Amino acid sequence: MTPAATARAARAAAPAVPLVELVEVTKRFPGVVANDRVDLALRPGEVHVLLGENGAGKSTLIGILSGLQEPDEGEIRVDGRPQRITSPRHALALGIGTVFQHVMLVPTLTVAENLILGAPWWRRPDKAGLAAKVAAITDSFGLAVDLEAVTGELSLGEQQQVEIVRALLRDSRVLILDEATSMLTPKGIDELGALMRRLVARGLAVIFITHKLGEAFRFGDRISVLRLGRKVGEIPPERLNALDEAAATEEIVRLMFGAGAGDPDAEPHVARTLAPAAPLLSVRNLTVSGGAGIVGVEDVSFDIAPGEILGIAGIDGNGQKQLAEAIAGQRVASAGSVLVDGKPVDHFDVGARTRAGLRYLTDDRLSEGTVGTFPISLNLLLKRIGAAPYWSGGLERPGEIATHAEELVKRYDVRTPSIETPIGKLSGGNIQKVLLARELADGARVVVFNKPTYGLDVQNIRASRRRIRDIAGQGIAVLLISTELDELIELSDRIAVMARGRLAGIVGNDEGARLRVGELMIGAVS
Amino acid sequence: MQGLLTDAFLTSLVFGAISAGIPLLLAGLGEQLSEKAGVLNIGIEGMMLAGAYVGFVAAFYSSSLWLGFAGGAAGGAAVALVMALLCVRHGLNQIVVGIALTLGVEGLTALLHHFQFGRTYPRLDAATSLPIPVLSELPILGPALFDRHPIVYGAIAMVAVMAFVYRRTNLGLDLQAAGDQPAALDVAGVDVVTTRTAAVIATGVMAGVGGAFMANIGAGLFIPFMTGGAGFIGIVLAMLARGRPLWVLAGALIFGACLSMTTALQVAGVNIPTDVIQMLPFAAVMAVLVIFGRRASLPAALGLPYVRGAR
Ligand SMILES: Nc1ncnc2c1ncn2[C@@H]1O[C@H](COP(=O)(O)OP(=O)(O)OP(=O)(O)O)[C@@H](O)[C@H]1O
Ligand SMILES: [Mg+2]
Repeated sequence: MTPAATARAARAAAPAVPLVELVEVTKRFPGVVANDRVDLALRPGEVHVLLGENGAGKSTLIGILSGLQEPDEGEIRVDGRPQRITSPRHALALGIGTVFQHVMLVPTLTVAENLILGAPWWRRPDKAGLAAKVAAITDSFGLAVDLEAVTGELSLGEQQQVEIVRALLRDSRVLILDEATSMLTPKGIDELGALMRRLVARGLAVIFITHKLGEAFRFGDRISVLRLGRKVGEIPPERLNALDEAAATEEIVRLMFGAGAGDPDAEPHVARTLAPAAPLLSVRNLTVSGGAGIVGVEDVSFDIAPGEILGIAGIDGNGQKQLAEAIAGQRVASAGSVLVDGKPVDHFDVGARTRAGLRYLTDDRLSEGTVGTFPISLNLLLKRIGAAPYWSGGLERPGEIATHAEELVKRYDVRTPSIETPIGKLSGGNIQKVLLARELADGARVVVFNKPTYGLDVQNIRASRRRIRDIAGQGIAVLLISTELDELIELSDRIAVMARGRLAGIVGNDEGARLRVGELMIGAVS
Repeated sequence: MQGLLTDAFLTSLVFGAISAGIPLLLAGLGEQLSEKAGVLNIGIEGMMLAGAYVGFVAAFYSSSLWLGFAGGAAGGAAVALVMALLCVRHGLNQIVVGIALTLGVEGLTALLHHFQFGRTYPRLDAATSLPIPVLSELPILGPALFDRHPIVYGAIAMVAVMAFVYRRTNLGLDLQAAGDQPAALDVAGVDVVTTRTAAVIATGVMAGVGGAFMANIGAGLFIPFMTGGAGFIGIVLAMLARGRPLWVLAGALIFGACLSMTTALQVAGVNIPTDVIQMLPFAAVMAVLVIFGRRASLPAALGLPYVRGAR
């Protein structure tokens, strides 16, 4: 039995009074009902998993609980009494701590300063006291944070750990984790799961949002499913306990996607034989310095043939982002060379590399990949502003831009009220689709994906993976950086393992690949 | 030209640099504070002018320079309050509101001055200085720097105060977060609107005292439009100095020196068209912008209103 199952069995008899309860909560945004009469009870000692497709309204519900949004209708009850939650400060005072889906840290402050933020303003920052408290938390929960690092220089995974530590520092009674595992390694996820179990054992209530059904089943006591803003089902501990994983998965998938949504697991890898050809992308002895406490890239070389998918495996923060950015031209390499079709592009800036067919899909969709306040139509052309046929003589041609946007929105199934909607208002998964649509348009020859499916729901993950496969099928060279081994195994022709900025090795994706990649990862890290 | 390096020339140059530099210093420190918190405070020129007028009137009727400074602070803060209400609380465009406030205060103070004093420009008594023992005996620097009204020492001490606030207090962290990533500050439990409002009002106080200094100590009288762009120079100083108060001081002294060249050269009996010399500070701005402007990294959320929960 999983730990969750044991705990479920122990408590099934005595359901506790909810610490916080949402009753018939409705929240509307222009053009969309994000939450439609949703009931949700957070009981002490329970990990309540929230599942739902991208855009189902999970984060909106969290916004309401954490004081960022006030519901249009419905009631919030804290300890059984009706209560408005008017601000994040108020939510914290009520004991509700949140790890948000999109990192909520100040990039220019150090980790320590971010953790101190919120202390009385007239005091001096108590760094010694903080270090002691953080050490107590990181030691007992197996987290790792570097207090002196500048937050903006950390990888998103590392930043997520900082957020978790911050939520724990606040002594919350209710802990909300909105996709907190999306950037963690398998080991980190297990640790977070164990952490949640320990917290609920102390009587906390935890809300855990994830797109991975396995995690939901392993760590959750109760599972609620949202769909198009409505709560379409709840599996209470008694039921969950009675189901085995396969049956629970089937039920959840049915709830989330309706009938015939199919199996969420990764598809098996189909080995392909590529005709021998000159490499389309070559990276030669590439070296990028990382900066204080950050892993850079050291002497990395590889080739990718047309139509080939080279996977890069490794634990988040081992130089993957730096590698991707150096290839894309966003980061200066201190040595080495990048060649597209045998021609060096080292002296090209980002724009010239894009024109040479080199495309990069960042994992930092919000701040780096898009301009949140611009409409989708312009975000789709962000890298080609001023170019024909969308601009002529320096003037926008709204018709062309709109046609282009309409077509891509349809082709990539972007769920949006209109193409004029500012992209920042979309859910995480739909932002990713826009990015994908933009980068793949017009003459892509080499595409670098950095964690392309992070934060997407099962259907979107499958669609994205299918697209990556299609792209390779068109003869484009693909570099696929991912922390999910399943994804790499499903898609890649070869898998390279990155550890501390170096390539620990490249293996062909055949029978024993999973094992060998795992060995390389562990061997290089410990 | 042989008189250029006499003590009298140098003393009057440094004296003038300080007199002209103090209002710029206060404006620059104030603007720096607003910008740190994410508010581009274009209304600072209006705040200075309001401070100059209210400060002068308060000092004139009470015969107390200290009440004059208190009045200046109140005048600047009142304009800042309007700015905070419109731009921070209601999210209106900071540049539009800032310019409107400046123009409005220019008109209003000219009008009020006309009703009160007609075409006369009454003078205040010269400020009594507080010589600092020993230091005030120094040649040149002594009379120019260490034999001044205490507000001069106070303004220079503000440099250390602001540096301390930014680097050593939680308030400094709050301010930086409000300018760089206000949503992060909000979810950490600190109200962004309150933080920014406080910063803007403190800016008003500093700018107002700076304006009162110009009227009551620099000139000894109030003339409509007398701030003459000092607030805008403050904005430039803040932009150049980024988060560093000491740089504002350095910049304010350089600008002050340029401004005081006119008088100093007259003392030395040199005849250069004053227009040329009055161009100096602006030429200096452009030179500094060209040299240091490239590494500009302003707060990420500068000029953007914060609306909780908006995407
Ligand atoms: N502040 C806002 N303004 C306008 N629309 C919003 C806002 N917040 C959310 N929405 C819309 O509400 C719907 C629900 O979004 P929400 O972020 O809650 O989805 P989600 O379930 O968290 O999705 P994901 O798994 O992609 O994070 C989406 O259609 C989104 O575009
Ligand atoms: Mg979400």
